[in-house]
Amino acid sequence: MGYPRNPAQRRYVLRVAVAMAAYIVTLAAALRFVGGGAVTGPPAYLLALLPGLSVAGIFWAVGRLLVEERDEYLRMLLVRQVLVASGFTLTVATIWGFFENLRLVGHVDAFYIAVLFFLGLGLGSCYNWLTLRGRSEG
Amino acid sequence: MKNRLKVLRAERDWSQGDLAERLDVSRQSVNAIETGKYDPSLPLAFRIAELFALPIEAIFSKD
Repeated sequence: MGYPRNPAQRRYVLRVAVAMAAYIVTLAAALRFVGGGAVTGPPAYLLALLPGLSVAGIFWAVGRLLVEERDEYLRMLLVRQVLVASGFTLTVATIWGFFENLRLVGHVDAFYIAVLFFLGLGLGSCYNWLTLRGRSEG
Repeated sequence: MKNRLKVLRAERDWSQGDLAERLDVSRQSVNAIETGKYDPSLPLAFRIAELFALPIEAIFSKD
């Protein structure tokens, strides 16, 4: 997206920053207390849920940006970016799943799907740049 | 879709940034519309027509 230019983009950056901070804190807590065995049973599930929910906060922030972006062209760029990211994530995850099922590759933890999506957003941004770049003036 | 946005803007000696500000859109939007990479929605096309005090068909036309 580059430097945030309008209020919707600034809110997006703030929301992602909050979600990332929550992710770091909750992941550290989950690793320490659940991974270390200090917390077990239902509280362990609750604590283990928090890092994933924090990452889901980033997905929510992307969704809110799609709703709140008032500039229709920038909104279209974001829609294309998210479509590329979704297609890329689903394709790689599905192919990897079959490879894994046929024991051609090792197991990869499912939370890497989120990493694929963020990588896909980057690819979507490149796709937008390559297909829509034009002369700029003024 | 073709448009005369660049010509109309030049006649008024407006930069893309000036036009973007008047339309309350980003400069990227103005650039994308001018270069034919993006066709504006009907509401935005009406705002453009209103700004230049012209009918929509005097600004936008089929290829």
